[in-house]
Amino acid sequence: MLRSLSIDPDKCTGCLQCEMACSLENEGIFNPARSRIKVFTFHEEGRFVPYTCTQCDEAWCMHACPVDAIKMNFQTGALEVNEKTCVGCKVCTIACPFGTINYNRVSGKVIKCDLCGGDPECAKACPTQAITYVDSDATGLEKMRAWAGKTDNAQHAAG
Amino acid sequence: MKYLVIGAGPAGVVAAETLRKLDPAGSITILGDEPEPPYSRMAIPYLLIDNIDEQGTYLRKDDGYFASKNIDVVVGRAESLDPASKSVTTSNGETLTWDKVLVATGSRPILPPVDGIDNEKVTTCWTLEDARRIAAGITPGAPVVLIGAGFIGCIILEALVSAGANLTVIEMGDRMVPRMLDDRCGSLLEKWCEAKGVNVLTSTTVKAIEPDGDAVKVITSDGQSVTANLVISAAGVKPNAEFLEGSGVTLMDGGIEVNQYMQSSVPDIYAAGDVAWSKDFSTGEFGIQAIQPTAVDHARIAANNMVTPRSVEHQGSVNMNVLDTMGLISASYGLWQGVDGGESTELLDEENYRYIRLQFDGDQLVGANTLGMTQHIGVLRGLIQGRFHLGEWKDRLVSNPLQVMEAYLAVTQGA
Repeated sequence: MLRSLSIDPDKCTGCLQCEMACSLENEGIFNPARSRIKVFTFHEEGRFVPYTCTQCDEAWCMHACPVDAIKMNFQTGALEVNEKTCVGCKVCTIACPFGTINYNRVSGKVIKCDLCGGDPECAKACPTQAITYVDSDATGLEKMRAWAGKTDNAQHAAG
Repeated sequence: MKYLVIGAGPAGVVAAETLRKLDPAGSITILGDEPEPPYSRMAIPYLLIDNIDEQGTYLRKDDGYFASKNIDVVVGRAESLDPASKSVTTSNGETLTWDKVLVATGSRPILPPVDGIDNEKVTTCWTLEDARRIAAGITPGAPVVLIGAGFIGCIILEALVSAGANLTVIEMGDRMVPRMLDDRCGSLLEKWCEAKGVNVLTSTTVKAIEPDGDAVKVITSDGQSVTANLVISAAGVKPNAEFLEGSGVTLMDGGIEVNQYMQSSVPDIYAAGDVAWSKDFSTGEFGIQAIQPTAVDHARIAANNMVTPRSVEHQGSVNMNVLDTMGLISASYGLWQGVDGGESTELLDEENYRYIRLQFDGDQLVGANTLGMTQHIGVLRGLIQGRFHLGEWKDRLVSNPLQVMEAYLAVTQGA
């Protein structure tokens, strides 16, 4: 069964434990600036919204890559960047309409959420269950993909 | 069904793969005019700085990949195409027949009309062969002239400078990358390059190139004479569609006119990528974008329609670019020059080479230019292509353009 990250902003307190856990797991340091999940703060509304890659099916990043460096891990459903193949051209970073694949100046490559290989640290670190790792059917993934559809350049004929 | 794909760049390869996915039994041939396996020109700057080897430029890395997909890759250049006999004649004298053909022949550099430019010291930067010539032609301290500070010129600057070239860039526009960056952005980029030791001459053209012993002298429009061991010309490209003249396929400004199905004026002939005169998302007008994401969009849509006619419509692609010029990253989206009656907002941190300008039409984002920004810039595409009404977030963006991610979350997810 495919699982995915489910994010419930109503439960987020803005503690940034997810960013810390992500950065430690993927970069070996506690530095929220290097996290693949990001908590956005809405001061006026007093809200916090964690946000990361939705691992879309026909991923823009994957299709835009000129050197075939982004591939789906069929076990986890995550789109993963092959660091050895990525040349750091950044085309994926402008092609992804969600802004969730980003250039890392330190490595000269791009980084994105890879679901930590199927055991995402952000979900484990979240103290309020604003971020959970659950059966994909329950995440509203379809809803997220519907937004994604608004950005498609192609329109498929009905039927 | 017999498919022929002319062109072995990203559009050709993605089209062939899509055709294979949709028609497991069809015959698929890619015809490419370079000896190497299909590769990415986008990767050449990274080859030039030794980040990758030539294999790192290949579009597909696995040995025998195309054979494993039952896709034939044939080397040869299409010389002519005859819709009546549904055949293409190649430079090797071969005749290839097809039921449906995709023309994805891309473009090639043009040399500016300059006296003496036909000199062995002058090269373009387009193919792997060009890359080898450039790598061999630069020695530490060697004077090099780059004609054109457009996208290609800028993206290879780092390679030229790190190889030790003593570099002069000559650009006819009044700023660097005038077709992608606004005044402020282009001028800041020039300052950045000058600070890194590159001599940048804008609003300048090359009058003549004269032999000078082992080198050449590049004479500029304002009378300067710049000695160069190597001259790299990156002064524009044109589509490779001349071989279609007389075939009945309608050409527009040298590119192939296509409809929403990526179909040319001749029904079984389709086009994709830098050779296709196709729809721009923002303007609704037709033209050539010549960018990787658009080429790949075209390819997938064309292939779908080649297998199942009129099954997928092209809605127009958003023009976008990202450019790394010696470590300074710039990006452009859509109508970055703004629209009549629209508003714009900008934030500038000149000292740190950071800049963002957003362009609005009513309460919709229609374009953007950025400099020195690398995080979450993709949402600019999301906001533009979703044609989202920003409502109160427009004013918030006007006062702080850096809040694009928050604006995106607010309008798409009610955050």
